[in-house]
This record gives sequence, structure tokens and C-alpha cells, in this order.
Amino acid sequence: MSVEAIDKIKEKFGEAVTETHSRLGDDTARVKRENWLAVARYARDELGFDLFVDLSAVDYLKREEGLPRFEVVLHLRSMSTGKRVRLKARVPESDPGIDSLVNLWKGANWFERECHEMYGIKFKGHPDLRPLLLYPEFKGYPLRKDYPIDKRQPRIPLLASEERRFPRPMDETPHGHDPRFSDEEK
Amino acid sequence: MGLEMRLKRFEYIATKLEFFVNWARKWSLFQYPFVTACCGMEFMSVMASHYDLARFGAEFPRFTPRQADFLIVVGTISHKQAPILRRVYQQMCAPKWVISFGVCASTGGFYDNYATVQGIDKIIPVDVYIPGCPPRPEMVLDGLMKLQDKIQKEQFGDHDKVYEKYMAQLSAAIKGASR
Repeated sequence: MSVEAIDKIKEKFGEAVTETHSRLGDDTARVKRENWLAVARYARDELGFDLFVDLSAVDYLKREEGLPRFEVVLHLRSMSTGKRVRLKARVPESDPGIDSLVNLWKGANWFERECHEMYGIKFKGHPDLRPLLLYPEFKGYPLRKDYPIDKRQPRIPLLASEERRFPRPMDETPHGHDPRFSDEEK
Repeated sequence: MGLEMRLKRFEYIATKLEFFVNWARKWSLFQYPFVTACCGMEFMSVMASHYDLARFGAEFPRFTPRQADFLIVVGTISHKQAPILRRVYQQMCAPKWVISFGVCASTGGFYDNYATVQGIDKIIPVDVYIPGCPPRPEMVLDGLMKLQDKIQKEQFGDHDKVYEKYMAQLSAAIKGASR
């Protein structure tokens, strides 16, 4: 759909673009996180991708050695041409930080807040990273794959415990992974 | 009218006070709908003319819990919302009854995750659970009739017992949490 946009980004940023593909009509460029803000600004101002559609993160737990654990994914769309583009940046677990896009799109504010509370990714330059959906007492990042699936953090004292009456084999594996899928990963 | 004809002939009716009060209560439930999720659509169809909850005397929603005695919890309750539901329940005047509408309110449903309370009976006492995702209107009417049967069998003082038990559980839970 917008292969030329990807080509332009590659031309302009060169080494900073580590990978591109255009599978199934979705044009994707993976950039280094140092260039995240610059690439987004270029896409908005020069290439015309003026609509911020979505921002989220993906947790690749148990990824092969050496690759950062998280990936921040940004979807943009051009209101004049209707074309879409997807930008990605890898973020390591040890230092989960990336530039905030709030100065480019005000709408990015709540997306980044949600991404921060769910995955623990710190957006540098964000004006207010308070939790958006979770309550302030909540500890941890629930959408990370190593957040235990049956962990509960009740906000008020409960009348009865929330423990499952019928524990499933899933509970015994670390990180709540379903053993049925473990073969696929290997 | 049948009743007046009979009263004219006998001039009085003999009944037990408890039976009469329960009869009056079960046909004049003032509901407070606590609607949080998609079950609300099904709740609306129960309320509307086709299934018509008014036939059971429970048609009048009060939008303040202080004027209601019948709490219908419709939909998923998250941990973030749990304090609100508990406060709404405590604001209602006794005698009060609670129906858990749908599987999410009853057990958490398939939301077996960090966010969802696994059944509202972890927060407040519940009288009738209506399963289903969402329940059919017929199931809701059946649940309401079950609640009416329950009310008819009540004895004076039962509500104090329920509330005492709730307060004991609550204070034990608060003590356990502060430890």
C-alpha cells in the first residue's frame, strides 16, 4: 500500500531502519529506538501520515538470546491518501524506555499511559504517566507474559478468597504458561 | 371484584402477619440496576414490554440505592469497581435482596484474569444467581420468581441475621487484610 513511504524512511534514516517488510499489505519498518521520535516526526510531517491510529507493545518472553524482550508498535494512517504504515521499535527489559510521541500527537497520551501500566515501558517526555485503567494500588504489569495468570490484587478486603476451587495443570507451570503450547516454542 | 365481594361477605380475612408482609414485599420490589456490561442489553429486554418485569412488581428502577431494596448486579465487576458496588449495597435500606445477573457477576465468567472479581459474593451477600452469558429473559423471570419464593418463606429477623453475618465476614476480612 505504501511501499514508497517505507522506502523513503529507509532512504532518509539508513542504518536506523533495521528491517522492513510489506506482507499482506501492511508495510512495516522496524527502527532503532533512538530514532523513534525522529522517524515518527518524519512520517507525520514529510510523508503525510497525520492520523495516529494505535500504539501498543508486544512481550516476546523466552525470545532467542540477545534480542530485546519488548517491541513497541505504532500504527499511522494518512487522512489524505488513506495509506497505512506500521513502525516498530525493540525495547530491552533492563531499560524499558522509549521517546514519547505526545508532542507529535496529543492522542498518544492515553495510549502511552496504558502501555506503561500494562507493560512497564517508560515513555520519556510523557507529561503524566499515572495508571489509566488500573487503580493506583496495583503492583506489577499485568499484560507481561510473566505476570501470573491467577494473581489477584483486590482493592478492598474480600469476604472470601478468590482461589480457584478446581486448580488446572496450567497453574503449576511457571509464569502461567499453558503446557499444551510449550512444544511449539521449542 | 373478587376480593371485595369476599370481604363484604366475611368483613375480615385471617392471615399471618409474616405471610402478609412477605406477600407485600415480594410484589413491590424497588430495584436498583447496577449495570456494567453487555448483560445490560438482555436486562433491558426483560424490562421492556415484551417480557415485562412489571408483571412481578419489580418494574420501577430507583437511581439511588437509598430508595431501593432490590439490587440487580448486571455484568462484570472489576476490582477497580468493587468498592463502588460494596458502597451501593451498604447504602440500601434493609430489607434488601441481591440478584447476580449473568455468569460474570456470579463467578467472573471467562474473565479469569487480574482485573475481574471472581463473583460478587466475594463482596456482598447474594440471594439468587442467574447463570448464562447472557441469560435469556425467561431465566431472569425464573430467577425473580425464585427470589419471590424466597421472600415469601422469610421470617422476621432473617435480614438482621444476614446483615450480621455479612458484617462479621467483612470485619474478619478487613482484619485479615491489615495483618
